[in-house]
Amino acid sequence: MKVNLKVWRQAGPKDKGGFVTYTDVETTPDTSFLETLDILNERLIEEKQEPIVFDHDCREGICGMCSLYINGHPHGPATGATTCQLYMRRFADGETITVEPWRSAAFPVIKDLMVDRNAFDKIQQAVGYVSFNCGGAQDANDLPISKEMADEAMDSATCIGCGACVAACKNGSAMLFVSAKVSQFALLPQGQVEADRRVRAMVARMDELGFGNCTNTGACSAECPKQIKLYNIGRMNRQFIAAKCKE
Amino acid sequence: METKVDKVKVMNPADSKIPEGPVAEKWTNYKAHQKLVNPANKRRLDVIVVGTGLAGASAASTLAELGFNVLNFCIQDSPRRAHSIAAQGGINAAKNYQNDGDSIYRLFYDTVKGGDYRAREANVYRLAEVSNNIIDQCVAQGVPFAREYGGLLANRSFGGAQVSRTFYAKGQTGQQLLLGAYSSLNRQIELGKVKSFNRYEMHDVVLIKDKDGVERARGIIAKNLVTGKMERFAAHAVVIATGGYGNTYFLSTNAMACNVSAAMACYRKGAYFANPAFVQIHPTCIPVHGDKQSKLTLMSESLRNDGRIWVPKDIEDAKKLQKGQIKGSDIPEERRDYYLERRYPAFGNLVPRDVASRAAKERCDHGFGVNNTGLAVFLDFSEAINRLGIDVVRQRYGNLFDMYEEITDVNPGELANTVDGVNYYNPMMIFPAIHYTMGGIWVDYELQTSVKGLFAIGECNFSDHGANRLGASALMQGLADGYFVLPYTIQNYLSDQITVPRFSTDTPEFDEAEEKCQQRMNKLMNIKGTRSVDSIHKELGHIMWEYVGMGRTKEGLETAIKKLAELRKVFDKDLYIPGDQKGMNIELDKAFRLNDFITMGQLMAYDAINRNESCGGHFREEYQTEEGEAKRDDKNYFYVACWDYQGSDDKAPELIKEELHYEAIKVQTRNYKS
Repeated sequence: MKVNLKVWRQAGPKDKGGFVTYTDVETTPDTSFLETLDILNERLIEEKQEPIVFDHDCREGICGMCSLYINGHPHGPATGATTCQLYMRRFADGETITVEPWRSAAFPVIKDLMVDRNAFDKIQQAVGYVSFNCGGAQDANDLPISKEMADEAMDSATCIGCGACVAACKNGSAMLFVSAKVSQFALLPQGQVEADRRVRAMVARMDELGFGNCTNTGACSAECPKQIKLYNIGRMNRQFIAAKCKE
Repeated sequence: METKVDKVKVMNPADSKIPEGPVAEKWTNYKAHQKLVNPANKRRLDVIVVGTGLAGASAASTLAELGFNVLNFCIQDSPRRAHSIAAQGGINAAKNYQNDGDSIYRLFYDTVKGGDYRAREANVYRLAEVSNNIIDQCVAQGVPFAREYGGLLANRSFGGAQVSRTFYAKGQTGQQLLLGAYSSLNRQIELGKVKSFNRYEMHDVVLIKDKDGVERARGIIAKNLVTGKMERFAAHAVVIATGGYGNTYFLSTNAMACNVSAAMACYRKGAYFANPAFVQIHPTCIPVHGDKQSKLTLMSESLRNDGRIWVPKDIEDAKKLQKGQIKGSDIPEERRDYYLERRYPAFGNLVPRDVASRAAKERCDHGFGVNNTGLAVFLDFSEAINRLGIDVVRQRYGNLFDMYEEITDVNPGELANTVDGVNYYNPMMIFPAIHYTMGGIWVDYELQTSVKGLFAIGECNFSDHGANRLGASALMQGLADGYFVLPYTIQNYLSDQITVPRFSTDTPEFDEAEEKCQQRMNKLMNIKGTRSVDSIHKELGHIMWEYVGMGRTKEGLETAIKKLAELRKVFDKDLYIPGDQKGMNIELDKAFRLNDFITMGQLMAYDAINRNESCGGHFREEYQTEEGEAKRDDKNYFYVACWDYQGSDDKAPELIKEELHYEAIKVQTRNYKS
């Protein structure tokens, strides 16, 4: 099969950037979308042009590195899958596919389709952890946790930090990402000691870094490749209000 | 290019620094007598940690918690993305929570046996000893391990063990453990004890000769991948935690950025490289589908708890499958050959990975492969679904089923056929693929390399898995090294460094190292040939898979060495890199890595040709039993093969043998049959 790729090219953070369309890229239905970009890049190198820069690493949907906005959707048309798990059988022969970087004030473009998501690290550096030094732990089974709680915490912890939620949100809000982390710890006894301090710090850091506010549109959860649930945001809001009242 | 290794030495047994005493007391004795650094002095000492996977992140955060200042580097945009994140199945520990007879000794024994008696006994015992601390540590961090209804931790079984000692978090154990280590790291970054450098790649390690005449690792040259600039970093010690060399084969289950360049930089500066031929080929990966493929996807070993591996009994059925005339589900029970259960009744589908991979190759070599390339076997859940119901099976493996369907368009949980009242579900198709490398930078008991002040942890060292790694033991080793071993042993070295002031990077040694890195980049840019990096890398992969893959022969390995020398010429003369050196240049970065992969390939071939025996992941076809099992030669090869660089990539390295001494375990033939 052949597809046309309309790709955002931008030389650097200060460059204005624009779309370039590459026609007749040869691929097969069993080839992944990123492999199709590889094929195009090989062609560009053969033509002595610079290849398209995009983030990718594990190519099995878990590292959260890949980050493309494909035909108007973060990670493309598949539900519950990252860009690297997207296969060309999802597209029609001859289709023109539009590929853009994440677009959000908090995620500036570095080059072409690659953006800087360091803001996510910075949010987690604001008490996105249990303050605890290696070596002092009690026996793991001394702390029973109900299966339901553990499973629910695991669902929240599944977030891969790719930033699709921010890219999908019209406000560029990071609420789904932050609430998933807050929820994981809120559901587990290990997280209780610092629960108030955590939710206050993470929300404050999120605001500082230029992410927008939440208006309950739900696009974040709908587009999340790990299908993180919207009620995490509700849980975080409750936690936040309670923590603020105690302050 | 030399093809013969003629320089051989035997290592002084004292160099491995194995403590005195019975194996169960060595680590306790070591800790009781080692030198420590007091809190005020820790603040004056800097440590560079390269890598943020399980080993790197846990070491960086723990060293910082102790009070050292840490500079931590990662190649991705965030420490959380290191490839440890992709580990699916689980992490082993000798907790014996299931009351099924597990113990530290049994985990130690299984690991040594699983590694085909080529690991260092003392290291493995220590690994088994600290395994329980790891689980405690991770639970305290808030890692959401799977639990039973009673609230206690759940376990499952992995290959090479007869107990259930594997802890897991759905099919995402690596992710959850890495996020745990990353959260501890974040805490130390916030406290200012760890400085984090993202999108940096190490290009060289800098050695400085002290007044006592000893060269010590004192820093690194790293490239800022965004600006394209080489930068200098100095510290009192350097820790490498940069993973394995599986991507030498181009196609592997490794992530795209996984590379061996940091390890090769250490090797060229005098760090021995140990057992490079020991490569793990994982039996359950999705088969190769075409020449545009960029990587292979692993299906977790945990699937072998309930999945049964088979090919047809009848060659005619196999031929029909290869032509696409019938499907796996058309073949009823009595015409299926569950060859692992047939050959290894005691362990069945849960034999170790090297055994399962070779058995798949054996069947496919005999024409029983089940897809159009003839290079695939079935992994079938029909029996499990009939026994447990689809809901239970999906609860255990749902995300893996979904992942398989997304890639292949086949749903393994879907009913495909009913014969005589028996339901047959779509089987998965799997085939072995390069997954993990047991070889790595040689380290002593303290995880220090043969270069003073240079340490190696996690997959990038060689120490604990011998010739084959058991499932769920990589996560265990990475975290053992980072949380519980290195933070102790590095102090034995650093205690002598407390009077050494902070280093300036403005020294002739740093000048020279940076200059060399820059020259190497100029050289690559100036080749101006016609071939892309990937096209040469794919060729390297073909040579490696064909001649240094699952079945190796003397002739094949000699061919590999010749072909690799030719490939090096192609690389040196015909490489083309677009763009320039200013700013980001992804092709230039890949070319830098490929140069090292070629050197690595040569090193693997040298080691494989030297080791005239079959053991674990290293299978020399000349050395097998009548039943096709690996035939070890303990008389001549009961040693760790350490390779010492001889000043040029074109010269054959020198072999230094670290002879193994077993005290607690009797060396015998591996048996998974009875």
